[in-house]
Amino acid sequence: MDTQKFIIRQISIFSENRPGRLAAIAHALGEEKINILAFSIAEANGFGVVRALVDHPEKAHDKLQSLGFNVAFTDVIAVQMRDQPGGLYDVAKILGDAGINIEYSYAYSGKDGAVLILRVDQVEDAVKKIRNSGATLIERTVFH
Amino acid sequence: MVCWDPRIEEMPKADLERMQYKLLKSLVYRLYSFSPFYHDRMKEQKVHPDDIKELSDVKKLPFMFKRDLRDGYPDKIFTASQEDLVRYHVSSGTTGKPTVVGYTQNDIDLWTTSLARALTSAGLGRGDVIQVSYGYGLFTGGLGLHYGAERIGATVLPTSVGNTERQIELMQDLGSTAIACTPSYLLHMGEVAEKMGISIKNDTKLRTGILGAEPWTEGMRNRMQDWLGIKAYDIYGTSELSGPMFTDCAEQKGIHIWSDIALTEIIDPKTEEPVGPGEKGELTITILKKEALPMIRYRIGDITSIDDSVCPCGRTHPRIQRITGRVDDMLIIRGINVFPSQVEYALMGIQEVGQHFQIVVERKGALDDMLVRVELNKEAFSDKITDIMHIRQKVEHRLRNSLNVMADVELVEPGSLPRFEGKSKKVIDKRSL
Repeated sequence: MDTQKFIIRQISIFSENRPGRLAAIAHALGEEKINILAFSIAEANGFGVVRALVDHPEKAHDKLQSLGFNVAFTDVIAVQMRDQPGGLYDVAKILGDAGINIEYSYAYSGKDGAVLILRVDQVEDAVKKIRNSGATLIERTVFH
Repeated sequence: MVCWDPRIEEMPKADLERMQYKLLKSLVYRLYSFSPFYHDRMKEQKVHPDDIKELSDVKKLPFMFKRDLRDGYPDKIFTASQEDLVRYHVSSGTTGKPTVVGYTQNDIDLWTTSLARALTSAGLGRGDVIQVSYGYGLFTGGLGLHYGAERIGATVLPTSVGNTERQIELMQDLGSTAIACTPSYLLHMGEVAEKMGISIKNDTKLRTGILGAEPWTEGMRNRMQDWLGIKAYDIYGTSELSGPMFTDCAEQKGIHIWSDIALTEIIDPKTEEPVGPGEKGELTITILKKEALPMIRYRIGDITSIDDSVCPCGRTHPRIQRITGRVDDMLIIRGINVFPSQVEYALMGIQEVGQHFQIVVERKGALDDMLVRVELNKEAFSDKITDIMHIRQKVEHRLRNSLNVMADVELVEPGSLPRFEGKSKKVIDKRSL
């Protein structure tokens, strides 16, 4: 099984916790006509990490880096959810039963249903287990 | 007026100056003969002990700086051998390397005598309970005041710093009449006491504060005197000179510098020439009787002026006025000297952060709060919050070790700290005295 096609490149951006930083990031991506598909902010004392799935991760990385931002690529996976009550439970139970530990996660609900984005320890192992458990992983080509 | 040593303290100025000249002359001969460091310095300056023909010839002698102690680390410029030393004190240097001061028994006695006179001039003596809330240990404040207070027959309560609630309980239970600490710590103590339902003014016997190791103002003096019901005295000294040595007398009109111990000059830091009488400049001190680590024309870096008139208290020794600033960029954080260069030095060894930094100092409540802002390096950024937290802890730990004072660290985006051409302004000091 080709696990690679389910591994999605997320961009992570280090940001100081002060007004205007998100606007600066979003403006830069907008200028490059990069579309943000999913997005979250993790906050710690004094700083934050902005995480996003975009349609052109390389372009986004280079643009943000040229503006001086600290940018990194991180491998994540995306699991299809039912956009109904109990949808998250179905997926979370599969992950729990498969012994997959989540480092962090965020979700979006779009026109094609709901999606849970996951950062896990052993990404290739997780892909196999999730697929064996009967859940649907979304391929990278859907995003970029 | 009660004097510890009236013969010296009330000596006519002309006699004092004669005494200073004799002491200076013998000091210079001794150092020229026995100190390779000072011998070389005098040769470089093309001055010989025979050139010292009157007191004002002191200006022919070379200066000493903190860097001389740092370069001589740990004891290269000592003029006593280790067997003759009875103590070391260690203070932080400007680049992370500490400076060491050694003391012979005579050096300790001189320091103690100086403080015995000073504390007596501030009205303290037998019957007083003096709470010493300066740090004990490598810092000179605690042990210095301890010995001085014992010498005048007072009872010492050696509380050192911290554990403020317990300090306040002991102050009440043992009837402390005086406290020696930093002015900001006493303000903090007053606030904590009020939270405990205790008024220092009404519920304790405290009547005297011996306050120093950081800059403060007449405004703070008035506020503390009114609020806490004490007389607040300023104390001055640095570890290189021995430690805290001199205080205001009961007149509170400047700090008496004992002329038989120290020769003071005020110089223009740029021209290095003496300023006019009463004018402000850089305080430069020669300790006339030190054995283990003689200090000649030591450029302390503090800006002040001298009042050389006879004090209303009757003492003839000159008085320095409040310190109004520094010639360098030294900061004093909770009584500890901090140089921005120390921060730079500490950061150099940490790959995860850049070399640019900014220090922000604020006063939160009564205590100083230091924040160091550093840029997170690109290579160190990993998307994991815990990794970034680790980097911050590592920097905090490193700074704490080299500065001897706690600093909070804020990681900022690369390139976001201001870059300065020429003279850098890396410090934002928001404290208003």
